[in-house]
Amino acid sequence: MKLRKQYPFYFVLFALVLYVVFLVLPNLSGLAYAFTDWSSYSTDVNFIGLANFQTIFTPGEQYLSFITNTLIFTVWTTLLKLILGLALALLLNEGVKRFAAHVYRTLIYLPAVLPTLVVALIFKSILNPATGLLNTSLRSLGAGALAKPWLVDPRIALSSVIGVDTWKGVGYIMVILLAGLQTIPRDYYEAAEVDGANTWSRFRHITLPMIMPAVMIVTVLNILYGLRVFDIVYALTNGGPGYATDVLMTGIFRAFSQGQYGLGTAITSILFVFLIVVGYFVIRLLQPRPIQE
Amino acid sequence: MQPKRLQIASAHVVAMLVCLIMVIPVYLIVTNAFKSSAQASSMGIALPTTLQLVNFSTVIDKGKLVTSFFNSVLYASGSTILGTLFSAMAAYVLSRNPTRLNRFLYFFLIMGIALPVNFFTLTKIMQITHLINTKAGIIILYSATQIPFSIFLIYGFIDSVPRELDEAGIIDGCGPLQLFSRIILPLLTPVLVTTGILNFLGVWNDFLLPLYYLNNSANWPMTLAVYNFFGQYQQNWNLVSADILLTILPVIVIYLVGQRFILSGLSSGAVKG
Repeated sequence: MKLRKQYPFYFVLFALVLYVVFLVLPNLSGLAYAFTDWSSYSTDVNFIGLANFQTIFTPGEQYLSFITNTLIFTVWTTLLKLILGLALALLLNEGVKRFAAHVYRTLIYLPAVLPTLVVALIFKSILNPATGLLNTSLRSLGAGALAKPWLVDPRIALSSVIGVDTWKGVGYIMVILLAGLQTIPRDYYEAAEVDGANTWSRFRHITLPMIMPAVMIVTVLNILYGLRVFDIVYALTNGGPGYATDVLMTGIFRAFSQGQYGLGTAITSILFVFLIVVGYFVIRLLQPRPIQE
Repeated sequence: MQPKRLQIASAHVVAMLVCLIMVIPVYLIVTNAFKSSAQASSMGIALPTTLQLVNFSTVIDKGKLVTSFFNSVLYASGSTILGTLFSAMAAYVLSRNPTRLNRFLYFFLIMGIALPVNFFTLTKIMQITHLINTKAGIIILYSATQIPFSIFLIYGFIDSVPRELDEAGIIDGCGPLQLFSRIILPLLTPVLVTTGILNFLGVWNDFLLPLYYLNNSANWPMTLAVYNFFGQYQQNWNLVSADILLTILPVIVIYLVGQRFILSGLSSGAVKG
């Protein structure tokens, strides 16, 4: 009774109303519009059953590849960033002194704060087949055979996009894992050393279990990012060549600009379902734990 | 002793190589921004032969950078203030009074971290509320998108403000609003700064919402202006570089100054929980 007066509910309302009106309601009503022929060409909105989903899931249509590309992008960027990020975090935590580690960390994290759009534009120039820095350096190093039309060849375009995204995001993973590593008490390792544990078993039995919570969180956050990726694909390739790099969000944007609102809403609903499943794990992982300090 | 020293040296070499790879693109932007159009045509790593400062005035003029700079400042600061303040108020009450309803609301709100934006139905809502294609609309939209993660960050911090302060405030005759604004809010400063910087950078760097919801070029933020500038001048990498440099300069300054807060915010989410 006293608590309710002291902590009035209207404090929550501002955030709650904004959140419900602009994020929750559109998603919920979208689930209904996904079954309609809503478009910019007509003022009528008719129920058409599963027709939009049939279009999306027709084999050989572009839309299925949006889903597979999104999943490929998500899995690969998450794996690469995790492995490289962990390697860098271990390097900075154990290999070098604190001050040097601080400088390295500042530089390695830098790409993560830049606008994704800008990163994509810079890499458009670096990956240019004829004049780009990557190919010209490869040629001058005598490795001209490795020079490729990175964003133009449909077979490697998605890998190139994954590479650029890894470059941008690895620092973020590294920073979080590094913070996790720094919370591990030194005496754990000293005790293990006394017991004769080698480097690998120290990593396997102390480091890994201790940073597992951080690894889980960055994995899940990365999956959430990957499923919703847009800027980097849109600015690097705009989904091309053909549909080789198209993902769900670029497909949604195309449906939006072409006025196919029902279809776009259906694609968004698929994304919604994916994200809700992952979101369930986020909520489990982000359970507020008592602060132990 | 010798192998250990070798180990440290090789760790430095690897770290420096990685840093080089991370910094090269920014280096390219900085050097090419000062080159002539011909020298910058291949976006090479060579230093500029002459300093073409005129690039910047050309870009500011043709790229409408002044307008979009102030738009970006307005969107980023406006939405950050609203989003962070509303999130702090909500997180404070949800944490201090953990009834069944409030605990449910907390999870309901942070579930937003995983929600997509449905641009189609959201357009409808923006039309109904007359917010489409307006500056106010984009600010409100950004504050809404900031709420889930901000509440998560702030909620985790509120327990560190002792409840005894609340009681002392009540005894001194503070109402709920006074208690919050005079006593609680100042003590939340560290987490508010972290949340604020992350939200500010998020909006400054965002490209998606303006692409959908701002048709009028007078309302464009920096990212959208840069993208359109690139579309028009992609042959002139010196100008594109100058444009990009002016866009990322504020980001880099904020990053270097506020690094401590950014990193603590990121890791408090993942490490301390």
